Amino acid sequence: MTNHWVDIKNTDLVLIMGGNAAEAHPCGFKWVTEAKAHRKARLVVVDPRFTRSAAVSDYYAPIRAGSDIAFLGGVINYLLTHDKIHHEYVKNYTDSSFLVKDEFSFENGLFSGYDPEKRSYDRSSWGYQIGEDGYARVDPTLQHPRCVFQLMKAHYSRYTPEMVSTVCGTPQAAFLKVCETIAETSAADKTMTIMYALGWTQHSVGSQMIRTGAMVQLLLGNIGAPGGGMNALRGHSNIQGLTDLGLLSDLLPGYLTLPRDAEQNFGAYIDKRASKPLRPGQLSYWQNYNKFHVSLMKAWFGDAASAENNWCYDWLPKMDKGYDLLQVFEDMGQGKVNGYVCQGFNPLGSAPCKVKVSNSLSKLKFLVIVDPLATETSEFWQNHGEYNDVDPTKIQTEVFRLPSTCFAEEDGSLINSGRWMQWHWKGAEPPGDAKGDQEIMAGIFLRIRALYQKEGGAFPDPILNLTWKHKVPSSPAPEELAREFSGKALKDVTDPKDPTRVLVKAGEQLNGFGELRDDGSTSCGCWIFSGAWSEKGNLMARRDNADPFGIGQTLNWAFAWPANRRILYNRASCDPSGKPYDPARKLIAWDAGAGKWTGADVPDFVADSAPENGMNPFIMNPEGVARFFAVDKMAEGPFPEHYEPFETPLAANPLSPGNPMVRSSPAARVFKDDWATFGKADKFPFVATTYRLTEHFHFWTKHARLNAITQPEQFVEIGEELAKAKGIKAGDHVRVKSNRGHIVAVAVVTKRIMSLNVNGKRTHTVGIPLHWGFMGLAKNGYLTNTLTPFVGDGNTQTPEFKAFLVDVEKV
Amino acid sequence: MQVTRRQFFRICAAGVGSSSLAALGFAPGEALAEVRTFKLAQATETRNTCPYCSVGCGLLMYSLGDKSKNTETAIFHIEGDPDHPVNRGTLCPKGAALVDFVRSPNRLKHPEYRAPGSKEWKRISWDDAFDRIARLLKDDRDKNFIATNDKGETVNRWLTTGVLAASAASNETGYVTHKVVRSMGILGFDNQARV
Ligand code: SF4
Ligand code: SF4
Repeated sequence: MTNHWVDIKNTDLVLIMGGNAAEAHPCGFKWVTEAKAHRKARLVVVDPRFTRSAAVSDYYAPIRAGSDIAFLGGVINYLLTHDKIHHEYVKNYTDSSFLVKDEFSFENGLFSGYDPEKRSYDRSSWGYQIGEDGYARVDPTLQHPRCVFQLMKAHYSRYTPEMVSTVCGTPQAAFLKVCETIAETSAADKTMTIMYALGWTQHSVGSQMIRTGAMVQLLLGNIGAPGGGMNALRGHSNIQGLTDLGLLSDLLPGYLTLPRDAEQNFGAYIDKRASKPLRPGQLSYWQNYNKFHVSLMKAWFGDAASAENNWCYDWLPKMDKGYDLLQVFEDMGQGKVNGYVCQGFNPLGSAPCKVKVSNSLSKLKFLVIVDPLATETSEFWQNHGEYNDVDPTKIQTEVFRLPSTCFAEEDGSLINSGRWMQWHWKGAEPPGDAKGDQEIMAGIFLRIRALYQKEGGAFPDPILNLTWKHKVPSSPAPEELAREFSGKALKDVTDPKDPTRVLVKAGEQLNGFGELRDDGSTSCGCWIFSGAWSEKGNLMARRDNADPFGIGQTLNWAFAWPANRRILYNRASCDPSGKPYDPARKLIAWDAGAGKWTGADVPDFVADSAPENGMNPFIMNPEGVARFFAVDKMAEGPFPEHYEPFETPLAANPLSPGNPMVRSSPAARVFKDDWATFGKADKFPFVATTYRLTEHFHFWTKHARLNAITQPEQFVEIGEELAKAKGIKAGDHVRVKSNRGHIVAVAVVTKRIMSLNVNGKRTHTVGIPLHWGFMGLAKNGYLTNTLTPFVGDGNTQTPEFKAFLVDVEKV
Repeated sequence: MQVTRRQFFRICAAGVGSSSLAALGFAPGEALAEVRTFKLAQATETRNTCPYCSVGCGLLMYSLGDKSKNTETAIFHIEGDPDHPVNRGTLCPKGAALVDFVRSPNRLKHPEYRAPGSKEWKRISWDDAFDRIARLLKDDRDKNFIATNDKGETVNRWLTTGVLAASAASNETGYVTHKVVRSMGILGFDNQARV
């Protein structure tokens, strides 16, 4: 979230799209209720199902699963054609005035630079025109035909209300009603918040759906404002933390990135990431990349990391391509992977296309499971009848199952969706011989290290030199690890403006990332967390819920990264002169007398940079402003374009009907053998989408008795029209089939799933809750991912769980 | 359901635990407060946060045993933390049932091993498990580590083993896991943020 849960109370309008907070994030949704009750805020829900969020909304519009870019593109078109935008914000705080290279173009559903063989783009034309002064060229009048504003306007002019209705199945009147409501927040003192979740991420164009939402918010001036923002309702309790800590194939902690093969030169690796400002007077904070990176290497490799060896640059693995979950399962299926460790992850249920995942796991030599619960993955080799029909004697994988503690049995911090790092305390011992995850990692690592010490082996240096300064090496303490990622001074850190002034003494914890240095004098395991554990102590454990400004920011409750800032980009809640756009909801403001920014939140800005200096609010971007034009950052193109899901009821993309190449995303990676596993609408005519129920959390709660009682048995939801056509009554058992497998479940026949007219055809949706499996206390059921296709988003490779094709029949 | 304090105790005596009645909202305020004092006064209170969704609701966990040596603690009740700015004491149906996760009969208790082709688990000691896993990992790494690519560029990667980390694990676990995994050169590394 750019903002956070409590801040939702400051909004005027909530748009829930691609999520269902009332059901999946109930105690956070409470703040929507609060805004409705106390600010007269309204709630608009756009969803394929009339969800529990929709049930308490002021307005609900149905949409076909997978068509959100068409809908939001239509909203952009509406805002631009009706001139319902926040002009000052758009002009000053976005790249609307930037001129785009002449070579950039969009035609027939494709942007310039497409290579059909590689299914990817040469992105070199996707950039700004750079003037002789080295800065991007701009036209502040926004009239130049090559400026971002005009290009954007032209791009989305095709997303007419008629087109939206054709693609999404949303009745035109409903679409326009949503547009009108959203448009009201273009007023400078009105804000809208967008709350989304996996309903946007789990598509082959999921990242672009989110971008389109962000573009709407920028047009309305709603980013940085209290009650505004783009608010990702993350799934797991610490999925935010693990993302921040970079536990993804291509990342390092704090959104630093691993080098590619070609990046053999350390200096060039840093320079590429330390972007220089693209406009005069801008901060471009990533210019400090070297400080973050060197401090990380000092945290990991200690004295072994020195300027002479480029801070152990060569010790980091380099990437020839991405090795995301889908790529790894593809490789595993081809026999290229021997070992796999699943720490609290149940890929048999969570990765797409269960049959493929199961076959891949069966090719492993060894699998190590670390979990508090008996997961399906840990028994992928066991025959569980119809739900897991395998022959154990044919599966040669050695499997270890190691019991770990759960939350209640350990100290540590988790990061909620609002970026709050919250410390928690151990309340009991784990059952039996279970051990904490840190102890288990240490147990394995220290033995490997001992083997390398004894026997030598392949490139042992990083293993032998990894810092491991723990009182009990076999059981690193959470406090020690938290202090390590927060960072400390290795030598005295001095003020760059006055070198005689010592800011932090050697050995002390740092106050924040402003104190990081690139000369090896600081160590910090995750720069964005810096200051979470300072000399003041563990700030994540703070419990003062005082809200002195009455605007819900509670700065002394826990610690929010970065720098305890609660609302990102909050400088943009003020006009260029530093006055809040809505004085009644003042977050921060320029205090000319004091010569600094002050207020209810930690300013997301250089604290003493006066408005007249002309520094813009989006300090992480080299532009200094937010981007409508994504330059070369997105696989599918700089402007989001609607592409159909890989399994679609439509024969062509209505936006570019003549080009078969762009029916679905032309830039999504599809493995060779997977094309044949995609189903077609003639055999699988219905759109399926998966989701959560409020009583369950993924595949865990079926192990908890109360949850198993409240939702004991697998079901699917179908609309009345489809049920009638198929002769299905509520309570019947139905078989839902995709081209990859089938599940059997009880049918819930409901008005909540409507049939829609899409592209002139009646289109039905099947809703599939995802919580059952063959382990647990609930009635056994099928893993939902038996049905889903093995294809992911072109940028993140997040699987397309939210839109695929099925057939339904009564059994 | 309206009950007086006296009726409330009568209902309790009929065999329904007071805390579950309270959870169902049947207790009058005064009686609720009184009964809970009796019951929870003996308990140790520990603050935690819900491990399920990213709202991160604050929890109070009540356990028996005072955490002193030679006592075993057991959590018997979990409720929302009324001081927490986000949930203000509330919990959803998932959080409200957390004690059943902590005490699930399906909690793993001992390290287990399944041999190739076998149909069953066998108990194994932690030491044996760690030794065997370390051996397998090291042998695979030594055999398949790629120091340089075809062009002779230094790449130092290990692709034949992968790791999935847990996004319900703490930052401290995530941090130490990342450190260990990258020091070995593993690239096939993700957490649930990927899916
Ligand atoms: S605990 Fe049970 S057996 Fe003992 S006195 Fe009470 S009701 Fe009777
Ligand atoms: S109690 Fe419910 S809403 Fe709160 S964190 Fe847990 S799952 Fe989320």
